[in-house]
Amino acid sequence: MHFFKFSRDAGLGALTLLLLALVSIAFPAFISPSNLFGMFDDTALLILLAFGEMLVLLTRGVDLSNSAVVALAGMIAALLNQAMPEAGVLPVLAISLLVGLLLGMFNGILVWQLRLPSMVVTLGTMSVYRGLVFVASGGAWVNSNQMSPAFLDFIRANVLGITVLSWFAIGLVAVAVILLRYRPLGRNLYAAGNNPSAAAYAGIDVGRMQFVAFTLAGGISGLCGYFWVSRFGVAYTDVALGFEMQVIAACVIGGVSMAGGVGTVTGVVIGALFLGIIKNALPLIGLSPFWQMAVSGLVITGAVVVNARGERSPGRRILEQSSKPETAAV
Amino acid sequence: MAEPIVSLSGITKSFGGVKALVKGELDLYPGQVTALVGENGAGKSTLVKILTGVYQADSGTIRLGGEVVQIGSADEAQQMGISAIHQEAVIFDDLSVAENIFISNRPRRHGFVDWAEMRRRAAAILATLNSDIDPSIRMRQLSVAQKHLVQIAHALSYEARVVIMDEPTAALSYREAQELFAIVRRLKAEGRAILFISHKFEDIFVVADRYAVFRDGAAIEQGQLADTDNDKLISLMVGRTVSQVFPKLPAEIGGEVLRVESLSRWPEFADISFSVRRGEILGVYGLVGAGRSEVMQAIFGHTIPDSGHVFLNGQELHVRRPEDAINHGIAYLPEDRQGQGTLLRLSIGQNITLPILSRFVHHGFLHAGEGARVAEEMARHLQVKMSSIDQPVQELSGGNQQKVVIAKWLATDPRVLILDEPTKGIDVGTKATVHRFISELAQRGLAVIMVTSELPEVLGMADRILVMRRGRLQASFDRAEATPEIVVRAATDA
Repeated sequence: MHFFKFSRDAGLGALTLLLLALVSIAFPAFISPSNLFGMFDDTALLILLAFGEMLVLLTRGVDLSNSAVVALAGMIAALLNQAMPEAGVLPVLAISLLVGLLLGMFNGILVWQLRLPSMVVTLGTMSVYRGLVFVASGGAWVNSNQMSPAFLDFIRANVLGITVLSWFAIGLVAVAVILLRYRPLGRNLYAAGNNPSAAAYAGIDVGRMQFVAFTLAGGISGLCGYFWVSRFGVAYTDVALGFEMQVIAACVIGGVSMAGGVGTVTGVVIGALFLGIIKNALPLIGLSPFWQMAVSGLVITGAVVVNARGERSPGRRILEQSSKPETAAV
Repeated sequence: MAEPIVSLSGITKSFGGVKALVKGELDLYPGQVTALVGENGAGKSTLVKILTGVYQADSGTIRLGGEVVQIGSADEAQQMGISAIHQEAVIFDDLSVAENIFISNRPRRHGFVDWAEMRRRAAAILATLNSDIDPSIRMRQLSVAQKHLVQIAHALSYEARVVIMDEPTAALSYREAQELFAIVRRLKAEGRAILFISHKFEDIFVVADRYAVFRDGAAIEQGQLADTDNDKLISLMVGRTVSQVFPKLPAEIGGEVLRVESLSRWPEFADISFSVRRGEILGVYGLVGAGRSEVMQAIFGHTIPDSGHVFLNGQELHVRRPEDAINHGIAYLPEDRQGQGTLLRLSIGQNITLPILSRFVHHGFLHAGEGARVAEEMARHLQVKMSSIDQPVQELSGGNQQKVVIAKWLATDPRVLILDEPTKGIDVGTKATVHRFISELAQRGLAVIMVTSELPEVLGMADRILVMRRGRLQASFDRAEATPEIVVRAATDA
């Protein structure tokens, strides 16, 4: 069933390993375990957010507001910690998750009930949510010296060699595989995006699936809000500004179709890692930040071209297999 | 007779201002096959969608096993034991065959999808349909006919008390249709109620016990099939005795205009050769999905063939884009009028002048008034019922929309006119007008290619009939030698 997608994932995986090998020939330290673990920690936020985005893309939507949700949930988490530094991490995790879920639900309700295109909805809420960061903080920054040690240390704690943040990414990948492969809900997300009108005939509520996707994506973005603010030790209005584009890029490189209904968790993880390696390797080579942006952009465009070729339909299959002429067009 | 399982009464449904159903009445009995017959637009599909929860009725009652029920969604209909093979393709191209079959009731273990069980059960259902399709491949890899079979398998995938089949044989060969009938008889013996919708009367008389006739959104009559015959059903359907539905006018047939030689395009069609002459109407008949539209799209430059040649008046054409075809005097009316043929929100005038806009450009500016005059003349000639030339096309009836599309292409002054299902979804009255136009166009010396799935249409209108099956040219008949039997046999592989 997944032959094409399997081979695509395998191809992308091989390409990623090749990239890793090339960089490490020039810089052997690049593949030292500590650097690799560090790079994974660096990419964990991208993996988490890309999975949320994937859910929305599967249902033929797009979420541009996730980075703004990160900023808002992160600010609220930081303010909560500032007000109650003794309360510990649990309430912070809970509140950032809750804020994210609510913001995601708001997106989802607009898409589901008002049948608005998700790009327009999230373009709007992206500004609204980011504006609310300013409202919540009064424009002030919350710096690491205003955060409690527990708040800062939680995601950095080393468990079995890797950080808690890395474990969150791994855990989410496991949950994602189960959800999308083995839970009827996950399969219905694919069906709703693959052919919405057929899904309606099959008794799948396409709008509800979009709502579910946005809500889950929001929850992930909310959690990432706390992770982000804690990891970089600062909360302010422009946190994660523009990061939604990298998130979408990771999905597209990973083979998630912008037309909905196609994509694998493995692909998204490799897509995110691929971007992560490029981001970490380019400065090593000594490329200027502007060239780095251009190279990242080229890689993303290349991925879109490859995807488009893979998705082009050759026409309806009418002739029987055996009758394919030897001289068929190349 | 036993009580009906399903009983619909007084069902109405409107879309915008258009009444699709004004009096939906239908009874389905256990262990009986009820054939639902009616013209296009009689309300059959709307009724099916209401029964399967895709649409909700505006008024009226649905009784299931004697109790009044509301069917709020497709999911609810399935839980009530109503399953359907829909006319529209209910297909997920990027999911596996097995998941397509079990899309609404995937086998589970402890709440998790049991893929092994799903594949096993899918293979078992496909085996009862005498098919060896691998349940684990992606749907995209199947042919049109195989996809159809998977949809039938889907309808059989759960224990349904009521099975609805909307045009189930439209894409099936004779042999496959016989297998389907065997399944229908088995479902019948198991005490299920079956609603069988078909345009093919020969199928109905083979498989059905009862009939229900719909016309213009209303139930006309229900009864036992044994008490009626072909002619009576047709007259109930159209509301009058049928004569001269297709007034073919004699036309003088001249020299060859278009010739196609060994045209192939994998995986759509192979080795297609034919020619059309001045004044000739060439009918192209076949089942749904036989590859007829694909051939026409390749001739028109919508797609590019892998090999083969197309000649116009003896000169080879190299058509790479539709624009090239239009410039050479080839016009193509697509089957999907709403999707490909018209710009619904634009006015009648704007639609008609679309392919010839450059004629009204002087010194770089478009003279809209001049275009409107030409369009008006064209529309009047074709007797389009309109309030003005500025009326949006979406406000017109299906038949009048089709006239606008024809007017649009006639304005390009074509030499070859390709019509793909020209009367699909058009009421009987307008159908005859469309047919008369086609006849007149042939009389005026156009070479006409008419793709159609309607047997009476092709027999009544065409000077010559090509029959396509599974992407290949199967047979060719002159008007005089064509009988319903031999044409159908060529199309369905009897």
